[in-house]
Amino acid sequence: MSAAFRLDRDGGVAIVTFDVPGAPVNTFSQAVIAEFDAVFADIEREAVVGTVGGVVIMSGKPDSFIAGADIDEFLTYTTAEMAQAASREGQSRFAMLERAHVPVVVAIHGACMGGGLELALACHYRIVSSHPKTVLALPETQLGLIPGLGGTQRLPRQVGLANALDMILGAKNIRARKALQMGLAKEMVHPAILRDIAIARARELATGTRSRPARNAGLPARLLEGNPLGRALVFGRARKAIAAKARGNYPSLPAAIDAVAAGYRSRDEGFATESQAFGRLAMTPEARQLINLFFATTAQKKDTGVAGGGPPPATIPRIAVLGTGFMGAGIAAVSAQAGVAVRFKDVSPEAVGRGLAAVRGVLHERYQRKQVTRQEFEGQLSLVAGATSYEGFQGVPLVVEAVFEDIAVKHAVLREVEPLLHADAIFATNTSTIPIAEIARAATRPERVIGMHFFSPVHRMPLLEVVVTPATSPQAITTAVAFGRRIGKTPVVVNDSPGFFVNRILAPYLNEAGRLVEEGVPIELIDRAMVDWGFPVGPITLLDEVGLDIAGKSGAIFGKAFGPRLTPSPVMERVLASGRLGRKNRRGFYLYDANGKRGGADASVYALAGRTGPAARVAAADIQERLSLAMINEAMRCLDEGVVRLPRDGDIAAIFGIGFPPFRGGPYRHVDAVGADALAHRLEVLNGRHAGRFEAAAGLARLAAGRRKVYGGEKIEDRR
Amino acid sequence: MGLAPAAALPRRVAIVAGVRTPFARAGTVLKDLSAVELGKLAARELVFRSGIEPAAVDLICFGTVVPSVLEPNIAREVALMPLFPKGIQAWTVGRACASSNQAITDAADQIALGHADVAIAGGAESLSAVPILHSRKFADALVAASKAKTFGARLGAFANIRPRDFIPVTPAIAEPTTGETMGESAEKMAKINRIARADQDAFALASHVNAAAGTADGRLTAEIGPVYVPPKYGTIVTSDNGIRTDSSLEKLAALKPVFDRKYGSVTAGNASPLTDGGAAVLLMSEERAKDLGVTPLAYIRSYAYAALDPGEQLLQAPVLAAPVALRRAGLTLRDIDLVEMHEAFAAQVLSNLMGFESKEWAARAGLTTPVGAVDRSRLNVMGGSIAIGHPFGATGARITTTLVNELRRRDGQFGLMTVCAAGGLGFSMVVERAS
Repeated sequence: MSAAFRLDRDGGVAIVTFDVPGAPVNTFSQAVIAEFDAVFADIEREAVVGTVGGVVIMSGKPDSFIAGADIDEFLTYTTAEMAQAASREGQSRFAMLERAHVPVVVAIHGACMGGGLELALACHYRIVSSHPKTVLALPETQLGLIPGLGGTQRLPRQVGLANALDMILGAKNIRARKALQMGLAKEMVHPAILRDIAIARARELATGTRSRPARNAGLPARLLEGNPLGRALVFGRARKAIAAKARGNYPSLPAAIDAVAAGYRSRDEGFATESQAFGRLAMTPEARQLINLFFATTAQKKDTGVAGGGPPPATIPRIAVLGTGFMGAGIAAVSAQAGVAVRFKDVSPEAVGRGLAAVRGVLHERYQRKQVTRQEFEGQLSLVAGATSYEGFQGVPLVVEAVFEDIAVKHAVLREVEPLLHADAIFATNTSTIPIAEIARAATRPERVIGMHFFSPVHRMPLLEVVVTPATSPQAITTAVAFGRRIGKTPVVVNDSPGFFVNRILAPYLNEAGRLVEEGVPIELIDRAMVDWGFPVGPITLLDEVGLDIAGKSGAIFGKAFGPRLTPSPVMERVLASGRLGRKNRRGFYLYDANGKRGGADASVYALAGRTGPAARVAAADIQERLSLAMINEAMRCLDEGVVRLPRDGDIAAIFGIGFPPFRGGPYRHVDAVGADALAHRLEVLNGRHAGRFEAAAGLARLAAGRRKVYGGEKIEDRR
Repeated sequence: MGLAPAAALPRRVAIVAGVRTPFARAGTVLKDLSAVELGKLAARELVFRSGIEPAAVDLICFGTVVPSVLEPNIAREVALMPLFPKGIQAWTVGRACASSNQAITDAADQIALGHADVAIAGGAESLSAVPILHSRKFADALVAASKAKTFGARLGAFANIRPRDFIPVTPAIAEPTTGETMGESAEKMAKINRIARADQDAFALASHVNAAAGTADGRLTAEIGPVYVPPKYGTIVTSDNGIRTDSSLEKLAALKPVFDRKYGSVTAGNASPLTDGGAAVLLMSEERAKDLGVTPLAYIRSYAYAALDPGEQLLQAPVLAAPVALRRAGLTLRDIDLVEMHEAFAAQVLSNLMGFESKEWAARAGLTTPVGAVDRSRLNVMGGSIAIGHPFGATGARITTTLVNELRRRDGQFGLMTVCAAGGLGFSMVVERAS
């Protein structure tokens, strides 16, 4: 008998329960697939003699069906041929399942991801449970791969071409109701009766009182996709969309389309194309980096923020948010979404009212998108209680301060609020520019003062920098980290220093963009080059979005703290002095119309650089090198200075905070991929041209000299 | 120290905190909030201000007089806010204008019996959104149509409907047994007790003057959790909007009687207005308050309910309840530092006060000596329902909060409150300041 599968019987129905021993969720490895094969061979033998008439497949894990393939196994493939063979092997086993003599019903409750969904697609009848945790997806492209167990072939036949491409290219999560609507599942039932209904259906299919369902795409889809011309249209649209979005940086996306398209030519060609592409992609650096990132985030989720685990975090049933501006409202909203009650205070009732309206806006958006019910939305809204006094602060274990970015104001609120709080309450400041230690100077309990640096807009930006000083108590750290995670953020602990980590590495990058403008490089060219390199938006667009006043303010702080290296280009100052604030006042490096819709670059900016118009022609590769190296080199300095504790944290912070290209794995992974010596050499060249700005960080020079890697030469660090 | 209570509760019940929404005249700034929403706002503010751990709350009891057909158990809706765990007992009570007093004594009884240690009790009312009903005939037709199986039968259900059946039914504040409205009852009491129009107006003016002073110096607003009105939150209500700072005897005298235009004396000026609002208090057993390190504002010393024939003097039952509450407290009016009387009408308060001094009414309460004359300088010192407003279900919790807070400010020991209610019901409670 197999270890991962249990075989029960109910009359003539065999019930296969997937339950990998000792693991929190089920995953597919080659060993598990082989076991499955053995179990199924037994069933087939019984089917021949007639003791088994139908099969039900289900999971033995609570609220989880199959989480997908065992990703560790990917890393054991050393050649494309190995990965391709593994894919082909799995394909043929699922094909046997599909061709089984007896009907196979799959009962899906909980997450059904990747290989799990591919297994389900090979079954004859799918039932999903009506549970919020029941989610179906093919997320392989997020790892730089494509579904390799027939997903690119069977999914379009179930849900239609457009839906399938949507799911595969977007790695979309499909909830139970949606799965039912799009034909991915035949029935949706309460989890309590899922097993019984599945057995009943297996029996009905076996006795012929119910026939196997045919493919299930809707009429419009069949009209469009039922002919080669319509399909060509859908494929063309998809290729155009990914070309615009992925800029050739994500080879798995066109490969997925190719595999789906091949399946429309012939079944054999489809499966062959799928496994071939899977093998090829498994060896790409993009997939390796995305898999690294997957492991890094998985490991990071278990990090308490304190080496060795530290003291358990305090429970935070409610918080107070000081300052009801844009940031405060965002923090209040995401807290309420997580069920945390929020005392939401500002000085004037009008400010509180505006803040509450902003909170409602964030929460209502999720209701409008049907991510929450009206009752859930109203419940979340009811958790945020506005106030203009400190009444109600005495029982609050965590205060998040998001008041005006001015040390005097921060000190004033800290002095006001600290005496009202319990001795072990935490005062977290959402400052982005002021050193935490400086703020903590006003505290009688500096060990309970910590930085919680959220990014704007809070409800969209996943990163949270938890900024600690030498005085910060370990329990304040574990509590801030646990709370950040609870409200859906990715908390990264960084040490207190000017700009913390994310803004620090952003500063030389944005400065370098400013220098390029100064040199007369066209604004659009700079932005396009960096988007091509893999950033979600270009640096100049980012400046306009963030606000030039805010960028100017932090630029000055960096200049003061780090000298000429991080002193912004004088052009930046002149642009700000010209009254440009960016999108917020519809005047920035770009032109905006009355509705705030952006046009082209504002040519009058070049005049501020002493030029009549865009002049210099700099190759995109040079732009990319100057900007990326400015950022990466600064990240190396941060590592030297201990601003981040681990390279992993820095990589995650750069990707989730700035949108550093995920397929490059983050600045430190990028150093390892390109080689420290190569980068150090390029920096030397650049520093020759732009003296002082590109001097290699000491740590990078050391790595280059020793031909070592940031990640210590291990394949995967901090995996567990 | 006072005397030992004659009928002490098995366990002492502490009043720990109280808070309310602003009270707003019906149809004004709070009109878009339902009673449930007002109740939620009061309870949520109470939790924040008191710092009580929501999981420590054993029960929530709320009073309301005109319940929504869609959310009849308002207390349970309050308890189901995500702020609270789902396992909190919650029920809704009705005793007309004493409904939140009923909620408070229900909760106090549970604590006294040892069934609970921490309770939230209060009430809420939206008189902007009273349910308006279809006529009985039209309602019957709708029900019949919903049960009909064919289109023809569905149409047939409406065959006998006449235009007048479309006229909606608005609930009046009238006694079902007598058909008398509340105002007519007050008018009758004014006549029986010979309460002069001028005395009523003077009492109403005092209510406004005292409430205005309490608002200006922050004693009243301290009990109010401001309401940011959704969905835009541009309207922010921080104080009661019925209190007049510009009222005068002349202005009040100019108003026409409403319920008896010819011989009457009850006007819109000397009656409490229709009001929206919510209020809640936090109650604890003495032991739990001690365990949590909470200093209570006051303890409930005693309470009593009474009832009389609604056809007689509808709002005179406080006169029967107060002496019983005092007797149970082991106190007399001389021991009382502050008195809070619900002001449905000036004529009613003045009738009640006369009753307190009457041997006849004392005899009806089973006593040989009357309660006595209430020192007006200790009565409704921060105004009453005439000025502040009267959201039926919430008034009792408001009065309780004001009484215990002001008792503390004045360093008094005992407070007496009375509330009259429809149906000829009356309530009285004695509170004792926690030392």
